[in-house]
Amino acid sequence: MSKDKPMKTLGARRRTSARAKSPEWADGLRRLYDSVVEEPLPDSFAQLLDKLDGDEHG
Amino acid sequence: MAEAARPQAETKGETTAASRNAIAFKRELTGVIPHLRAFARGLCGRPDLADDLVQETLLKAWAAQERFEPGTSMRAWTFVILRNAYLTDMRRNRFRAEYDETVAERVLVAPAGQESPLHLSDMHRALLTLPPERREALLLVGAGGFSYEEAAQICQCAVGTIKSRVGRARAALAQMIDTGQLPRRSTGDAVAHDAIMHELDTTVQSGH
Repeated sequence: MSKDKPMKTLGARRRTSARAKSPEWADGLRRLYDSVVEEPLPDSFAQLLDKLDGDEHG
Repeated sequence: MAEAARPQAETKGETTAASRNAIAFKRELTGVIPHLRAFARGLCGRPDLADDLVQETLLKAWAAQERFEPGTSMRAWTFVILRNAYLTDMRRNRFRAEYDETVAERVLVAPAGQESPLHLSDMHRALLTLPPERREALLLVGAGGFSYEEAAQICQCAVGTIKSRVGRARAALAQMIDTGQLPRRSTGDAVAHDAIMHELDTTVQSGH
C-alpha cells in the first residue's frame, strides 16, 4: 500500500499536466491523419505518375 | 527550328540536368502521396473523392513542376495545390463534407475501464462539422504537424489568423466532447454513446 501510493500520485500528476496543454482526444487528430498515411497506396497513383513521366519522354 | 540551332553540347547538358531534376521531382512527389491522401481525407471525408482530389493535385503539380524550388518542402507545396483544388471543387459543390460509414473503426481514446471508447470515426465526423477554414487549419497544425507559420503560408493568410482558427476549432471539438454532442454513428448504440460521453466529459473537464 505505502509503496503504491507515491507512484499513483506521480502518474496522476503527469497525466493532469499533459491534459492541461491539450485534451486527451487531441492526439486522436494525429492518429486520424497517420491512419491514412499508413494505408497501403493504391496502384493508380504510381500509374498516373508513370504515365505523366512517359508522356514527356516518349 | 530554334532547338536545332543550339550547340549540341549545351542541349545535351541541359537535358541531363533537366532529367535529373525530373527524377528527383517524381521521387519527392511520390513520397508525399500518402500525406496528400490524409489531408484530402480530412478535408472532404469520403475516401473516393479524397483520392480523386489527390489525382487532380498530382496532375497539377506535375504540370507546374518548374515552379517547385528544389530543397523546399514538397509536402507544403503540394498541400497548397490540393487546398486550391479542393476550394475550387467546393465552390462547384462537388464535395459535401460527408463521413463514409464504411471506414473501419479505430480506437482513439480508451479511458481506463471503459468498454466503448472514442473512435476514429467519431473524431472524423466531429471534424467534418467544423467550418472548412477551421478544419483545414486544425488538420495542418493538429494532425499534419505543420507549424503555425507553415500553415499560414499554405493557407495564404496571417499567422494570427491560423492561430485563431486552430483555437476555435479545438474549442469547438472540446465543446462537442464536453456536451456529448458529437455527431452520432448512424448505427451507433445510443446508451453506450452516452456512457462514453459522460466519461470523456469528466476526463476533459479535469484538464481545463
